[in-house]
Amino acid sequence: MTNKIRTLDDLRRIREASTDLTSARSKGRASIVVGMGTCGIAAGAREVMTAALQELEKRNIHDVSVTTTGCIGMCQQEPLVDVIAPGMGRITYGLVTPEDMAAIVAEHIVNGHIVERLVIGRAD
Amino acid sequence: MPIFRSHILVCGGTGCSSSGSQDVQKVLRDEIAKRNLDKEILVVQTGCHGMCEMGPIVVVYPEGTFYCRVQASDVPELVGEHIVKGRPVQRLLYSVPEDASRVPFYKDIPFYGKQHRIALKNCGYINPDNIEEYIARGGYEGLGKALTSMTSAQVIDEVKASGLRGRGGGGFPTGLKWSFAAKSPGPKKYVICNADEGDPGAFMDRSLIEGDPHAIIEGMMIGAYAIGADEGYVYCRAEYPLAIERLKTAIAQAEEFGLMGTDVLGTGFNFTLHIKEGAGAFVCGEETALMGSIEGRRGMPMPRPPFPAVHGLWGKPTNINNVETWANVAQIIVNGGAWYASMGTEKSKGTKVFALTGKVKHTGLVEVPMGITLREIIFDIGGGILNDRKFKAVQIGGPSGGCLTEEHLDLPVSYESLTGAGAIMGSGGMVVMDEDNCMVDVAKFFLEFTQRESCGKCVPCREGTKHMLLLLEKITSGRGTMEDISTLEQLAEMVREMSLCGLGQTAPNPVITTLRYFRDEYEAHIRDKRCPSHACTALLRYEIDPETCKRCGLCAKNCPVSCISGSRQEPYRIDQEKCIRCGTCFQKCPFGAIGKN
Ligand SMILES: Cc1cc2nc3c(=O)[nH]c(=O)nc-3n(C[C@H](O)[C@H](O)[C@H](O)COP(=O)(O)O)c2cc1C
Repeated sequence: MTNKIRTLDDLRRIREASTDLTSARSKGRASIVVGMGTCGIAAGAREVMTAALQELEKRNIHDVSVTTTGCIGMCQQEPLVDVIAPGMGRITYGLVTPEDMAAIVAEHIVNGHIVERLVIGRAD
Repeated sequence: MPIFRSHILVCGGTGCSSSGSQDVQKVLRDEIAKRNLDKEILVVQTGCHGMCEMGPIVVVYPEGTFYCRVQASDVPELVGEHIVKGRPVQRLLYSVPEDASRVPFYKDIPFYGKQHRIALKNCGYINPDNIEEYIARGGYEGLGKALTSMTSAQVIDEVKASGLRGRGGGGFPTGLKWSFAAKSPGPKKYVICNADEGDPGAFMDRSLIEGDPHAIIEGMMIGAYAIGADEGYVYCRAEYPLAIERLKTAIAQAEEFGLMGTDVLGTGFNFTLHIKEGAGAFVCGEETALMGSIEGRRGMPMPRPPFPAVHGLWGKPTNINNVETWANVAQIIVNGGAWYASMGTEKSKGTKVFALTGKVKHTGLVEVPMGITLREIIFDIGGGILNDRKFKAVQIGGPSGGCLTEEHLDLPVSYESLTGAGAIMGSGGMVVMDEDNCMVDVAKFFLEFTQRESCGKCVPCREGTKHMLLLLEKITSGRGTMEDISTLEQLAEMVREMSLCGLGQTAPNPVITTLRYFRDEYEAHIRDKRCPSHACTALLRYEIDPETCKRCGLCAKNCPVSCISGSRQEPYRIDQEKCIRCGTCFQKCPFGAIGKN
């Protein structure tokens, strides 16, 4: 059996592997907020959301939370995505495509570089 | 492993289950699947959050949004609004009783504000049926540490240093108790977890097992290692089917993962754990009766010494602790005794779980640091008295406890302070009473329980509690004399001094404390044939005020014993001889013409 714990190291390994089980129950070190009002969904926010989750999974990142928010009144810019990462405030990206989303995860979340070409707003 | 962006935690404790959480969970899973969200949203069943009266409780993470009284019919809106659009459903959020404002997050709700969760750390947060979630939260680290880097003596010293005392009622220092069993010679020893929880109204132990069964198992294994035992029993009443189910699953998983069985973590430590279902007798919670019951004998206490540490289960050295006591052990080993001892009072360390019930706004399970005042528990956490009535008393420690009053509200809670005031910590039941509770009636209620549960082995308990009860019945029915009070006091003293076990020794406590703090109520029943709280039906008198009576006849029509007579010409009146004081006329009169006295 794969899960047999025979030593303390085995226990630590399982603990390591299991942290993901409950990591979604804390806020995480950074968060991605996808606008999912009716306007957002019509503009393709669902696909953007899926892309975000897939990219995080691919990169094995488990400490970033992904949540949704309703319409914030800039419907023409949907899909809208906010990224909140330490030291970089809250960055709002507009007209985000699934491919853009993957790039945002790679650049903003992993490398700490804001994807300037997509930015439509900043806040602290 | 797939990433779930949100976890929806649905409470699957006994309280929430009885208010419909299983339905909520099912509809929720269906709704999530229907909307194709099952790859990104995880529904998790957890144990008790403690706020059972607000159940079914649903918490949505990562935000930590706390929803109350969620019904299956609320689920589509919850998913459509919160999960899809990120908009919390306002009407399902916790609402502050004072100003009806809504509180979205767990951590901001006053009920949780003053709590400090150690034993309840995982309750309501993890899925109790999944050992990996327990491990993810640091589970089995304590066992690992004890087995691989500590000697048995060091484990005992750490528990001694923590100041942990038995949470089953007696408050005996846990580390010291372990050292006795450790010193007892012999190749075969046992550990037992006492999950009998017989106090009416108490549900701490049930919730702990339901919400975090592995914590109990881990604590027991550490204890077994410390005293040199390789086998254990959890004695749990059969009325707790969910707790037993969760425990069985947890034991099976621990075995599957190799954390229980032979050669645990390659250290040569062996352990097996059994569950013994008890039929639910209060006296079977007493340790010697409990062991008798495990052995297949009738549950009756034996004189001590010999203590279980010397001559316990099947005559072998045995260490028995309460569920909550065991629940604290692993964290003490991981964080150190000094950490635990940094909380609480000088002689009562750490935290204590209470089941807060009765006339408070928020009933439920609360874990608080020792030394907190009763006022903080009842008014800050419990939100004060229901319907803003006046606080009268709080019964602490269940049927073996006592009633404390207004003057004790600022008493810091500890074993010593409660005993000093005439109550006991007991297992942690806390029943709050307001002006409408008659204290003689309350004493009678608890004595009825202990009298019924007395096993009958020793005379003082068997006969003494019976005669005390007869006297209380006499007083509450208006036939009491002043001598009855002194007879009651004599009997109480005798039963307390001469009974064989804790059941009889503590049974008089409710009578003794109510006599001490509410003697005037006893006297009113006897001298004035009056119950000041209007609770004792035999002393009630319903009367119709002829001036206010409109002669509609509703009272007479509804009276079940036809004891009201009158007509359009003549005001209605009640025949006191025939009246059974059911109160129907009082409720039915549209003009408030009927008085209660
Ligand atoms: C009548 C009676 C009922 C008891 N019921 C319980 C019980 O339900 N649970 C419990 O843990 N201890 C109960 N006890 C106390 C046990 O005898 C024993 O002291 C306790 O299990 C020891 O564990 P601790 O040191 O961890 O508190 C009861 C004692 C008496 C006299």
